[in-house]
Amino acid sequence: MQTTLALVGNPNVGKTAVFNALTGLSATTGNYAGVTVSRTHGIVHLGEVKIDLADLPGTYSLAARSPDEVIVADVLMDQRPDEVPVSGIIVVVDASNLERNLYFLSQLVELEKPFIVALNMMDIADRRGIEINHEALSEALGAPVVPVCAHKRQGFDALRKAILALHQGDLEAPRASVCPFPESQTAAVDELARVLDTHVDKIGRKIPRPEVARILIDVGGYAEKRVLGRLGEDFGETLVRCRTEAVENGLTLPAQEAKARYNWVKQILSESVTRPDPRRRSRSERIDNVLTHKLFGTVFFVAIMLVVFQSIYSWAGPVMDLVDGSIGAVGEGIGSFLPDGVLQSLVVDGIVAGVGSVLIFLPQILLLSLFISLLEDCGYMARAAFLMDKLLGWCGLSGQSFIPMLSSFACAIPGVMAARTIYDRRDRFTTILVAPLMSCSARLPVYIIMIGAFIPETKVLGGFLTLPAVVLLLMYSLGVAVAVPVAWILKKTIFRGEKPPLILEMPSYKMPQGKTVFRKVYREGKDFVTRAGTLIFAVTVVVWALAYFPRSSEIAESFEAQRTEVAQSGLSEEALETRLQELDNLEQGEYLRNSVLGRMGHVIEPVFRPMGWDWRIATATIASFPAREIIVATLGTLFNMGADEDEESEGLVDTLRNATWPDGRPLFNIPVALSIMVFFALCAQCGATLVTIKRETGQWRWPALAFTYMTLLAYVGAIVTYQVSSLILPGA
Amino acid sequence: MRTLDQLKPKESGVISTLHGVGDTQQRLLEMGVSDGAEVEVLRFAPLGDPMEVYVRGFHLTLRKSEAAMVQLEG
Repeated sequence: MQTTLALVGNPNVGKTAVFNALTGLSATTGNYAGVTVSRTHGIVHLGEVKIDLADLPGTYSLAARSPDEVIVADVLMDQRPDEVPVSGIIVVVDASNLERNLYFLSQLVELEKPFIVALNMMDIADRRGIEINHEALSEALGAPVVPVCAHKRQGFDALRKAILALHQGDLEAPRASVCPFPESQTAAVDELARVLDTHVDKIGRKIPRPEVARILIDVGGYAEKRVLGRLGEDFGETLVRCRTEAVENGLTLPAQEAKARYNWVKQILSESVTRPDPRRRSRSERIDNVLTHKLFGTVFFVAIMLVVFQSIYSWAGPVMDLVDGSIGAVGEGIGSFLPDGVLQSLVVDGIVAGVGSVLIFLPQILLLSLFISLLEDCGYMARAAFLMDKLLGWCGLSGQSFIPMLSSFACAIPGVMAARTIYDRRDRFTTILVAPLMSCSARLPVYIIMIGAFIPETKVLGGFLTLPAVVLLLMYSLGVAVAVPVAWILKKTIFRGEKPPLILEMPSYKMPQGKTVFRKVYREGKDFVTRAGTLIFAVTVVVWALAYFPRSSEIAESFEAQRTEVAQSGLSEEALETRLQELDNLEQGEYLRNSVLGRMGHVIEPVFRPMGWDWRIATATIASFPAREIIVATLGTLFNMGADEDEESEGLVDTLRNATWPDGRPLFNIPVALSIMVFFALCAQCGATLVTIKRETGQWRWPALAFTYMTLLAYVGAIVTYQVSSLILPGA
Repeated sequence: MRTLDQLKPKESGVISTLHGVGDTQQRLLEMGVSDGAEVEVLRFAPLGDPMEVYVRGFHLTLRKSEAAMVQLEG
């Protein structure tokens, strides 16, 4: 049987870099059964031997409170029946920050599994003048300690050797508890274990001793809740009695645990580490003197955000033109092969135009996810939380919500999933419910099309910014501006209660790792293309079919008769061609109006009239409720089918500019464009996000709530936008 | 009785007791805010809260309301 090892460590210790260096490109990702904690496994090749390595989420302690931490504790204690038992542990520790890292290690030792310590970030420790005698450390811990430098790929030969030794069973037998806990605490754990052993049938498993300790120590923690749910009040009384007996000297149990562990850590460090006194100011601290400075820090934060938005808008332009050109060429190329009729229309108007108009936004999505991964990887995200905490505090949230919120600007799905790191349930749920208001990358296509077509390229702010960029920034701000009162109301009503704490590590700044960043950007891009290739493709074909059928023979006959009439009228060749072309367009328009989609659109049009929309915009919007980026494809299909040859080869932007009401007035103007953007900014048009919310919250009523409030806000917001901007803007 | 939130940037002290209960207390303890540890205040955020401190070799952000639970010696 294959050996499975677990890779664990505190957050920000370079665990991912160690994982990548050990497993190369073999990583597979998914989720743990029944929860959305991501499960990453890879293969370590050691000559003939293959080792399965599980990359567990970063955690500071086995005292589990969040879903991520529960998974780490359960996997390490072999309490997940669907996972292969872990036969050893590789702990990544930050050499420049050993004290707190060894706290977690002291808990891992108690699992009584063989382990290896990968002492990462030796270069930073060196620079700070911290000297580590890793042999002495190894001696004290009773396990191999291997210095590595993950981003330089140094020390991995030795680490592989240690892994092979672990696999072959050559390591020293693991020691039992190393920490000097008070007698009373050990006795209390023993007693609690005895009581729990008599309830194996009710609990469904034998609880391992390290978990018993967690049940005892973590008041109100996950381990306690899990057994209390099974055993009820009687056990609750036993637990309270054991807790009272466990403490000495009036400390609380967690304080007693921390004291014993830090005493042990202190003992270990005194034998193996020397630190300069006074400590050296680190490079991170000097950078932070600027980046979290009261004035410069704030200016820098705003500047970063501006650069991100300006670049998404302007840098991606040339690449998009290239993609646009290629899609047009592909459509024409395929079109010339196929005979006129259903098949040609399906392929050119449906598939190529639809999927192509979504794919065109890939450059921007890649750019945005590149920025977010860079900010995450270099350590700036924690600074952003530091700067933003008070601001978010006004709507009842914490700086911790900032990261899920910011991630939601790329996509609400990882954003909602990132909310798992928020310990407080009420904060987590509030964040999850407002995260979809952040303008995700799928909204970008709508903004780009509408801004590109209808917002003039006026320079503002001394020429540094253009009006389109400012409107784009406003659209992104709208979600935030609405999220504040929504979160505030949620925290005052459904989720009211005491304010949870903010306790956050500020990791050292580091150069972002090309490979880590690349992987994240790649995954984002791949997910987007997959969506474009599956869901969006399917919806595109359905929308095309609804717009194509039925083809009434009456219309065909009537137009055929008109054509014959024109041909016999004796017009000049040029005038004849123009007239025939006009007839073609009218015929296409007639077909569309009589199609299933056209009739549906007309029925619902009155609902959307107050927003200045016609039935085509309304239909495209309804069709994009499963995934909002579909709007672009649907608009492409709907407007292209009635257009003439020349316009068909032009972009969607021109098609929209030329679209009219039946009486010939232009359909789109700035108020209409703005109302469309506002609607899309606020509406919950994403099936995948709603499903993710259900998975993260466990109940359908939360996605139902998110969907209802967002759709209502979008409808009202779009009407207000259209009516107000029609009054303000001259000539609109 | 001095508590951590009363220190100014660049001032430091040694933790004598950690008040408070439940999650907040346990989370602080795990992050090394426990008796005997030396803490130095580095800075306050632009809006006055939260604060950044140096403790047990790393940088930690916490709010003044949490820092008020950290009692210092002397």
